Amino acid sequence: MWNNFPLFPERASALAWQVDGLYFLLTAVSAFFTLLIFVLIFVFAIKYRRSVHPHPVQIEGSLPLELMWTLIPLGICMVFFAWGSLIYFQEARPPKGAMEVYAVAKQWMWKFEYEGGQRDINQLHVPVGRDVRMIMSSQDVIHSFYVPAFRIKADVLPGRYTETWFRPTKAGTYHLFCAEYCGTDHSGMIGQVIVMEPAEYQAWMSGGSTTGSLAQNGEQLFQQLGCATCHRFDTQGRGPNLIGIFGKPVLLDDGRTVVADENYIRESILNPGVKIVSGFKPIMPTFQGQVSEENLMALVAYIKSLSQSQQKGSASNQPAAPDTSNMQ
Amino acid sequence: MATAVQTVESENYLNSNYGIKSWLLTTDHKRIAVLYLISITAMFWIGGFFAMMIRLELLTPAGDLVSSDTYNKLFTMHGIIMVFFFLIPSVPAVLGNFLIPLMVGAKDLAFPRVNLLSWYLYMIGGTTALVAMITGGVDTGWTFYTPFSTTYSNTHVIGAAVGIFITGFSSILTGLNFIVTIHRMRAPGMTWRRLPLFCWSNYAAALIMILGTPVIAITLLLVAFERAFHIGVFNPALGGDPLLFQHLFWFYSHPAVYIMILPGMGVISEIVTCFSRKRVFGYEFVALASIAIAVLGFLVWAHHMFVAGISVYAALVFSLLSYLVAIPSAVKVFNWTATLYKGSIRYETPMLYAFGFIGLFTIGGLTGVFLASLGIDVHVTDTYFVVAHFHYVMVGGMVMAYMAGLHFWWPKITGRMYPEGWAKLSALLVFVGFNTTFFPQFILGYMGSPRRYHAYPPEFQVLNVLSTAGASILAVGYVLPMIYFVWSLRYGEPAGPNPWNAVGLEWMTPSPPPASNFDETPIVTWEAYDYEHQPQEEVTVGH
Repeated sequence: MWNNFPLFPERASALAWQVDGLYFLLTAVSAFFTLLIFVLIFVFAIKYRRSVHPHPVQIEGSLPLELMWTLIPLGICMVFFAWGSLIYFQEARPPKGAMEVYAVAKQWMWKFEYEGGQRDINQLHVPVGRDVRMIMSSQDVIHSFYVPAFRIKADVLPGRYTETWFRPTKAGTYHLFCAEYCGTDHSGMIGQVIVMEPAEYQAWMSGGSTTGSLAQNGEQLFQQLGCATCHRFDTQGRGPNLIGIFGKPVLLDDGRTVVADENYIRESILNPGVKIVSGFKPIMPTFQGQVSEENLMALVAYIKSLSQSQQKGSASNQPAAPDTSNMQ
Repeated sequence: MATAVQTVESENYLNSNYGIKSWLLTTDHKRIAVLYLISITAMFWIGGFFAMMIRLELLTPAGDLVSSDTYNKLFTMHGIIMVFFFLIPSVPAVLGNFLIPLMVGAKDLAFPRVNLLSWYLYMIGGTTALVAMITGGVDTGWTFYTPFSTTYSNTHVIGAAVGIFITGFSSILTGLNFIVTIHRMRAPGMTWRRLPLFCWSNYAAALIMILGTPVIAITLLLVAFERAFHIGVFNPALGGDPLLFQHLFWFYSHPAVYIMILPGMGVISEIVTCFSRKRVFGYEFVALASIAIAVLGFLVWAHHMFVAGISVYAALVFSLLSYLVAIPSAVKVFNWTATLYKGSIRYETPMLYAFGFIGLFTIGGLTGVFLASLGIDVHVTDTYFVVAHFHYVMVGGMVMAYMAGLHFWWPKITGRMYPEGWAKLSALLVFVGFNTTFFPQFILGYMGSPRRYHAYPPEFQVLNVLSTAGASILAVGYVLPMIYFVWSLRYGEPAGPNPWNAVGLEWMTPSPPPASNFDETPIVTWEAYDYEHQPQEEVTVGH
């Protein structure tokens, strides 16, 4: 009967067990305190009912008791605070070498793009056992990427990238929900996460027809949009050389340093005047309105790939590089 | 019981003046409380009707009863009406308005005309919001998240926002009136330490009303401006920041939860002491817990945003503070329970509702601890778990407290007793119906059922059917008091000044009280809840 009436969703990620463990313990502690209060009220209400206990005994209060029921719940809370935060920290930090999937959310569908250039709508295909990092943006309103079986959720915002990650542990098909209300067909903005065995996944990946990998598409755009005229791969360009910058700190002309992550590259394409790299002039025009979310992601993937090939190429020169980057 | 010899027909605030004008231009806090009672009751039924439509739609997994646009408007209007036009004014504007001057021994609130103005602002705001709803509705959710509300929604967002904006001023003025009255108009001998806890908790709520409401007002104004004039505040396409809205919105709307629950806690302190004939256990701790909740309540807003893309460290701080705000609430629950110990307990309807409050608020509070925990919140936020949690606090807690208070002070307000048997039945129905409605939603939420879904996967149906069945019981539980309260106005037994043999200045004047509250200013020489020195008289009326 419990198959038809489950109390918690399937556990299909490495994290699901941790979240459930904390949840079960917190449920047990809560049940204890709820029962304690219910039983005390019940017992007092029966034992001291007016017909058998007509003369109340006045008690003003008790400092030891007050301290006890302040400090004990506080202590218990701190344990759960620490535990819950540890899980959150893991959720917030995707492991290095995770496979990356780009997601564009829009009213009311999910579009996914894999590194190989394959595309999916409302279906996300991932292999068992691989860390998957989602890099997500919205074309319109706020959405939220929610997979109950993985116990993860992350809002997807317009105008920036947000991320989340998971490691599927069990093949199967799981719900994908939009969890942030987004208008008329919010409840129709659902899909499936299809977790496949690695071999099956490889077959699926090579089965889809693509027009080149995401980075290759980005490279084409890079040429078409004329980025390459200024961002030359030598020191002669009017814009910074983009080889090797991804993930590295960049010195700005106002003295600040920022890490060149996905959001930085996105902002530099759409709003180039905000962060000017030290030594360069603010001459780059905005590409706002000219590049779709998908094309932006391709450009970001291309600029990232410039750093990966550089790392691989110059590995002998930089033995200290800790990045055990994934070999796609 | 010599003092109880009094007929309903004696001169009081209800019969001292006649005619519609004498009501619409009154500055008597008691009459204004009655005006509020009628208005928010109407709002409760409108909001309740929307809730019933939502529950009927969710009987089946497919979205078949209403269209998805209609469904979205239903839950939006249910939320807006219940939060801004019922819960926030409920205990303060009705019971607080009626009782605070009586409890501190004053003739009226500090600013009687401002008090009337606050009711008119409420009516203008409420009417504006209702007009927006009738002429097409709103579909943004009561949370108005941007950029959906400012750019993408095609509904009457500005009308609803303006309605809430105007009503906000009514809330600010009521808060101001309470604070000044409690500071300046206490009768001789009514020291802060003798102040009824109902006044303490309304005082704490009033602080939040004054400090928090301007923030929601300006935020909704910015939403309206961005919608009308495309200024770029929240929409990234216009150069704005959608998360800025969430910070501003929750900076008010989380403390607003405490505006709703704190006055309810005050009601419970009054009732638990009266029906167990005891001083409240740990008076100072219960009083200070109210202030602690009000202060800490301002520092937890971003716990609504753990998955919204805020920094990990910000999330950590807000999680910690959210745990801390749970502690004063727990202190209150333990103190109420301890008050029962060695008391002399009776089970009249107000006490049954108070028992219900303590139990359901405990569950609501503890499930709040789940949501404060970052690792669990990521999974259950924006699911039915959250829906269940805040209904346990707002309905299981706040509405139970409001019903408790309404039954407790009904004899004082009207001079008549309600029928005790029917009232006990209603309390039972509300308790059973409420739990059947909302407990299954905790499970639904952990299963992963997202909130605000018009249609849902079929495996969630069993729990949804249970929930809808419970809602029907709950509805009967609320219809009953509506009927017997109206019935009691004509047929209820005369209550006498103090049907519960309670202490507190409001019970030392006739029911209903005369227009000027007290014939002569009372002088307080006893501590709060001094049941020790109150003669043990049997309750002689009402059942």
